[in-house]
Amino acid sequence: MDSIPKIIVSASPHVHSDKTSKKIMYDVVIALVPAFLVSLYVFGLNALIVTAAAIVSCLLFEYLIQKHLLKTNVTISDGSALITGILLAFNLPANLPIWMIVAGSLIAIGVGKLSFGGLGFNIFNPALVGRVFLLVSFPVAMTSWPTAMENTTTLTDAVTGATTLGILKDGLQFGGTIPELSAQLPSNTDLLLGITGGSLGEMSALALLLGGVYLIARKVITWHIPVAVLATMALMTAIFWLADPEHYANPVLHLLSGGAILGAFFMATDLVTSPVTKKGMVIFAIGIGVITVVIRLFGSYPEGISFAILIMNAFVPLINKYFKPRRFGSKIKAKIV
Amino acid sequence: MLKTFPKGGVHPPENKLTSSEQIKRLPVPKMVYVPIAQHIGIPAEIVVEAKEKVGIGQVIAKSGAFVSSNIHSPVAGMVTKLDMIVDSSGYKKQCIVIRTDAKNESNFQEVEYPLEKEIELSPKEIMQRISDCGIVGLGGATFPSHVKLNVQDDKKIDCLIINGVECEPYLTADHRLMLEKSQEILMGIKILMYALNIDRAIVGIENNKKDAIALFKKSTASEKGIDVAALQVKYPQGSEKQLIRALLKREVPKNGLPMDVGTIVHNVGTIFAIYEAVQHNRPLMERVVTVTGKKMESPSNYWIKIGTPIKDVIAGAGGLPEGTRKILNGGPMMGKALKNTDVPITKGTSGIVLIADEEADRGETKNCIRCGECVSVCPMGLEPHLLMNLSEKGMFEMAGQEDILTCIECGSCSYVCPSHRPLLDYIRFGKDVTKKLETSKN
Repeated sequence: MDSIPKIIVSASPHVHSDKTSKKIMYDVVIALVPAFLVSLYVFGLNALIVTAAAIVSCLLFEYLIQKHLLKTNVTISDGSALITGILLAFNLPANLPIWMIVAGSLIAIGVGKLSFGGLGFNIFNPALVGRVFLLVSFPVAMTSWPTAMENTTTLTDAVTGATTLGILKDGLQFGGTIPELSAQLPSNTDLLLGITGGSLGEMSALALLLGGVYLIARKVITWHIPVAVLATMALMTAIFWLADPEHYANPVLHLLSGGAILGAFFMATDLVTSPVTKKGMVIFAIGIGVITVVIRLFGSYPEGISFAILIMNAFVPLINKYFKPRRFGSKIKAKIV
Repeated sequence: MLKTFPKGGVHPPENKLTSSEQIKRLPVPKMVYVPIAQHIGIPAEIVVEAKEKVGIGQVIAKSGAFVSSNIHSPVAGMVTKLDMIVDSSGYKKQCIVIRTDAKNESNFQEVEYPLEKEIELSPKEIMQRISDCGIVGLGGATFPSHVKLNVQDDKKIDCLIINGVECEPYLTADHRLMLEKSQEILMGIKILMYALNIDRAIVGIENNKKDAIALFKKSTASEKGIDVAALQVKYPQGSEKQLIRALLKREVPKNGLPMDVGTIVHNVGTIFAIYEAVQHNRPLMERVVTVTGKKMESPSNYWIKIGTPIKDVIAGAGGLPEGTRKILNGGPMMGKALKNTDVPITKGTSGIVLIADEEADRGETKNCIRCGECVSVCPMGLEPHLLMNLSEKGMFEMAGQEDILTCIECGSCSYVCPSHRPLLDYIRFGKDVTKKLETSKN
């Protein structure tokens, strides 16, 4: 045995699939690129500034807290803080002051992620923790949206306007009806392509879907959560719309506007904070769909998917406990001849 | 649609480098080291002494309990000593060391018996012969075959399953045996159907062995009651419970046996050994072993005498290639990594796989990101990430409630884990402790 330099003895299995958590993280980043390009097109330099600010501050806070406060290994290269930064930016208006972005990043990384023990131990989606912190702390800044320009050369224009869901909420509150408001609402085509008001990453449903399909094709996520979230939302909004089309918008508008698609494909599917079984995922997703619609139709916020995801995140340990995979051999169906 | 089991499983790169290599013979080893515990159950009792002369096929250790099996001398020669040597488990085990008699011609003349098609023994005699000849399951689990065939009175068997799946990457021993000994295997199946008094048998073969499927389909075309089923390629389909589910849609109950759902599963290698035992009274003294590795010059399949040190096998197969970092007894999914090559081939050794540098690395363990991959690939419906956590934290009571003991140790969870977590290592540890806790309670 002297001829052998070094023999490794370890337990089986001795081969490994080529999937790594790093690859998963960078697949998510790739999937977010189309939506980012659309926001660049719509908001120009501002989109770049907001996204860069969020990414840099997320990475920096992760580094500083791990290195100097917790004195643990620094894990900024694993891609998860990068994703948190991008997703946080995608949930912000393009004209948000940079110091607010930095504050949101601190809450996202420091409170949302590292206070729980870091990647894998956090209960809530860190980007959403940051976003909701900003929303409740700076409601005015967080809901003043720069309007998307038809003419893309004047992107830096500081005109602000309402989002699709904002128009609906306010309009209906002051006694308007959907047919009366319809002139102010963007068309479905505009929503699909992204010529609308809202957060950075909510612009184009089409770009987000493209990224979502990529994630499913790469087997980073499964279809269960996004499809169940969107189907639940569609079903619920359809019921209200059919009952009273004057006061409730149609399901297509609901699905294409606000953060429905961004949330369903990129936030609710966060591996760490979603259930581990397919059954659990569907339950989790239905919960998100229902809460989102309830907030949109009856709550005081025009949009509700962030809250819905955070609320359902809290239920994930419970869902994991009660929706276990069926154990092999636990129920005998086969009959012996 | 090809049949398969419905839940879990993985498909590692197959790397079956030796599937077209005809089974060869290696020179008879000078020394054989025959462990007395080559099967699940009680070790056999040694019935020879040092300095005693033994002949080929002579019983050298006798089964003294129900779940045990005879051990025969694979060579003619002299017992040099009874010794403790490290076997593939990594522990020292009692073994019988025999020096081959270089002058004894029977060591070197390979007996090729003619195909025997008449079954002359009664069912009872058949069972006795299987027991006498020391036949154990050659798929790797090494369960004594006569025990498996001993059907309790309250159970009824209606179908025999022949396991020709060979789902482990790299291994082709069963595949080659099916191609080269198809008639003998077919007779073995008939012998067992007769002995068990059943009229139905299914040979399950994964679809990556199309030549074996075609051959068996052709030779069973005129046989009543024997079917050949092509299976989707998916690991761990060779596991008894998964194979039964795939072929018969029956689920072996928790803590139950295949018998509980009316079936018995035997590996093709075992069936061949049973044929040899019943028709030629030939004890289990050698087996087919795949000796392979990406860096080997000519990986192949060999008939190897039980007790041959693995170093002799590797030397005979072209030597240890440069850059070998892991020497596996068995396939890469379930095989054991050896500390050295003095370990002997036993009845359960289906392959020697040499893993080179880059593949031997396990990767750095990262945090669990709760992706649920391990849950979705577990063929037993367990939650490996949870079981690992419970084992790590010493919460064995809870691990027991989460069915840790039903884990079949296929390793699919560790294989897919993107964070390279040693899930199965911890689950094995947890199983051990949980088992001890449960036995101490009873």
